[in-house]
Amino acid sequence: MRLRVTFAKLNALRYTGHLDLHHIWERAARRAELLLAYSQGFHPQPKISLASALPLGFSSRCEVMDMRLSEEIPLDGLKERIQAAVPSGLQILKVESVDEKLPALQTLVAEAEYEAVLTEPADGSTLKQQVAEMLGASSLPRERRGKSYDLRPLIGQVHVVETPQGSIHLTMRLSAREGATGRPEEVLDHLGIPADTVRVERTRLIFINESIE
Amino acid sequence: MLTPEQIEAKLDRILLKVQKPGRYVGGELNITVKDWETATTKVALVFPDIYDIGVSNVGLKILYDQVNQRADSLAERAYVPWLDMEALMREHGIPLYSLESKRPLSAFDLIGFTLPYETLYSNALNALDLAGIPVRSAERDEEHPIVIAGGHSTMNPEPMHAFIDAFVIGEGEEVIHDILDVLQAHASRADRLLALAKVPGVYVPKFYETFYLDDGTVSHIETLVDGIANPVVKRIVAKLPPPPTKFIVPNIDIVHNRVTVEIMRGCTRGCRFCHAGMITRPVRERTVEEVVNAADTAIRATGFEEVALLSLSSSDYTNILELVTAVGEKFQGRQLNVSLPSLRIESVSIDLMDKLRQRRTAGFTLAPEAATERMRRIINKYISDEDIINTTREIYARGWTTIKLYFMIGHPSETLEDVQAIADLCKRVLAEGRKVIGWKAKLNAGVSTFVPKSQTPFQWVSVDTRERILEKQALLKRELYRDRNIKLSLTDPDDSLLEAWLSRGDRRMSEVVYTAWKNGAKFDAWDEGRKPEIWKAAFDQHGLDIDFYTARQRRTDEVFPWEHITAAVRKNFLFQDFRMSLEGQIRVDCRQNCFACGILPTFSNMRRENPGEGWKCPDVKSPAKKINVELPVVGD
Repeated sequence: MRLRVTFAKLNALRYTGHLDLHHIWERAARRAELLLAYSQGFHPQPKISLASALPLGFSSRCEVMDMRLSEEIPLDGLKERIQAAVPSGLQILKVESVDEKLPALQTLVAEAEYEAVLTEPADGSTLKQQVAEMLGASSLPRERRGKSYDLRPLIGQVHVVETPQGSIHLTMRLSAREGATGRPEEVLDHLGIPADTVRVERTRLIFINESIE
Repeated sequence: MLTPEQIEAKLDRILLKVQKPGRYVGGELNITVKDWETATTKVALVFPDIYDIGVSNVGLKILYDQVNQRADSLAERAYVPWLDMEALMREHGIPLYSLESKRPLSAFDLIGFTLPYETLYSNALNALDLAGIPVRSAERDEEHPIVIAGGHSTMNPEPMHAFIDAFVIGEGEEVIHDILDVLQAHASRADRLLALAKVPGVYVPKFYETFYLDDGTVSHIETLVDGIANPVVKRIVAKLPPPPTKFIVPNIDIVHNRVTVEIMRGCTRGCRFCHAGMITRPVRERTVEEVVNAADTAIRATGFEEVALLSLSSSDYTNILELVTAVGEKFQGRQLNVSLPSLRIESVSIDLMDKLRQRRTAGFTLAPEAATERMRRIINKYISDEDIINTTREIYARGWTTIKLYFMIGHPSETLEDVQAIADLCKRVLAEGRKVIGWKAKLNAGVSTFVPKSQTPFQWVSVDTRERILEKQALLKRELYRDRNIKLSLTDPDDSLLEAWLSRGDRRMSEVVYTAWKNGAKFDAWDEGRKPEIWKAAFDQHGLDIDFYTARQRRTDEVFPWEHITAAVRKNFLFQDFRMSLEGQIRVDCRQNCFACGILPTFSNMRRENPGEGWKCPDVKSPAKKINVELPVVGD
């Protein structure tokens, strides 16, 4: 049975990385008494896959994971059972059963949306101007971990939102395809926003079969 | 004092700049977060090393549960930040805080350190400083928490006497409640410390004074107030309470991701080098049923993939075969590892491990400790070479490709021939392994350096000098580095020497600890923290000689700095055992024959009230005396 779980990753769990999250799920499954399927071989690994790695420090309202079970179980009450077994920063939003034959979850992700809340005062109109320039550029050459790449094609949309309370948010839609991932912190860095003055949350994962509005 | 909200806001700004920020945020499964306002007594439990090491500590887990089970108290946790985080915390004015409620440690009533080993001392000082609490006990006043410490290294508390208000000697499960009661019954710091000093098993250094002879050794130790114990006798529990099962499950990877169930406390083997074996007597066992149920409950509560059945000597657990069979059946097919440390070198051990093998085959670990018959008699751990060869051959034959052998160098009177024998034995074991499984056979030799500890038969002996240790290690490297299927690991001599002077230090040593910490000593057990030159300078500054504490054979009539503390094993017994070691005499397992080490007379009432199989000491049949002789008479 292939279970698809949609969940939020919040609070302290922002500081838990992608690999550690796999362990959290393996243990949560054991606590929930779900019989995880394991790979064969000398070091059997649980069959858990996460749609898209979330950078350390980001919260998320839309993480998606597939886990394979070695048994068929009813979905009734399963969401509550899983919720009771996970640490406090995980909120289970949806549990569904999906076709075993679907391609791997990671290959299905197309784009991701993020919301970045600036924690320091900033000038909204200047920022809007910068964003417009960024989106108007035909290429944005950048370097990351010693490799140069073009950030521009990885950016879908970026909007600057000023709230009535005077705080500033940026919403972004970035590519999230395997091997072509737009990173919010790269966009923020291009805009000159230091990483420690912003809180980023992933708000939506868009899959390739979803219509893009 | 910063509020939790202020601390969290400051943390948000720095956490992404440090390695593994998950160490500093809490929020793990199975933590207890109680209402701050309704708890009368708030306790911060501190493991003075990083989260990755501290979070799985069972001793603190026991105390965490004990305190949180009380309606009137709460316990939260703190660990020391790694170097990168400490620098940022100091830069941003963030005090050391608890993970549960993010409150500064100075907001708590009681701070409890566990000090299982001496190399944590500098970190404990640093933790206090980072919490904004005066490091010296004498400089704390009414607004500061009471600072207590326990753990194996506090069997000689003196090198830390200037920094810790009260030490718990022995087991903490019951005494923690006495301590909380004292805090609730008394308001002022002075009243609290005096009342704590009268609790059996609690040592409050300010009420004792040490006098020295001209040669620097101790003349005697006096009490400064009436009604406090001298010696302070360790506390024990008559029966091991139910083991903790709701282990905290970290959200990041740590050193030991596992459930630990203590199957037995204490050891009857009497290995003369073994501090734990001498100070954790008497042996008390849990029943098979209790262990299996606890392991099962804990796995359900945590989801961990490993269970460790903990004791000092698993093979000596009375119903070990039954236990292993029951555990093996219980966890069959559940993708779990069960580890069983400290097995005797005999083929039965392989049968035991075979029953537990499931998920993957790790190495098989054995600890011969020494490689010549003479040495084995001296340390009272007698195994023949033939037993070792036969057992290891069988281990290879049954499918383990790696065997790990633990040895120690630096046992009393050890010669280079004894060290050579370690190398020879390793080669012989591997050669036998090759006959069975060919070139797949591997051997890991872990050779540590013996450090004499207080309250053991070897408390009189000298530790090897740095040069001597290096000479012995060079021999081992020369002999064993050539074979690429042998992996040799050695302890840095600077680490061993630091442990050596701290473990048998006197009160004057606390100034050395203070100065070393002031000059930057911390994380002494880490490669990143090792700073022997700082420690040497601190000795010089205080006019003390390192060799006096390390490379010196103690006089037979010497009064030790820890003479006013006892693990209830008599000094006479230890001395007799030391004499026997000089003559190469073995003392057999005391389950076969009681040697009157001192435990039974000290705890006779306790034993009388708990007869039968739970303890491995003989039953006490004599009628109870009218006066309670177990513990010092407590004044009002």
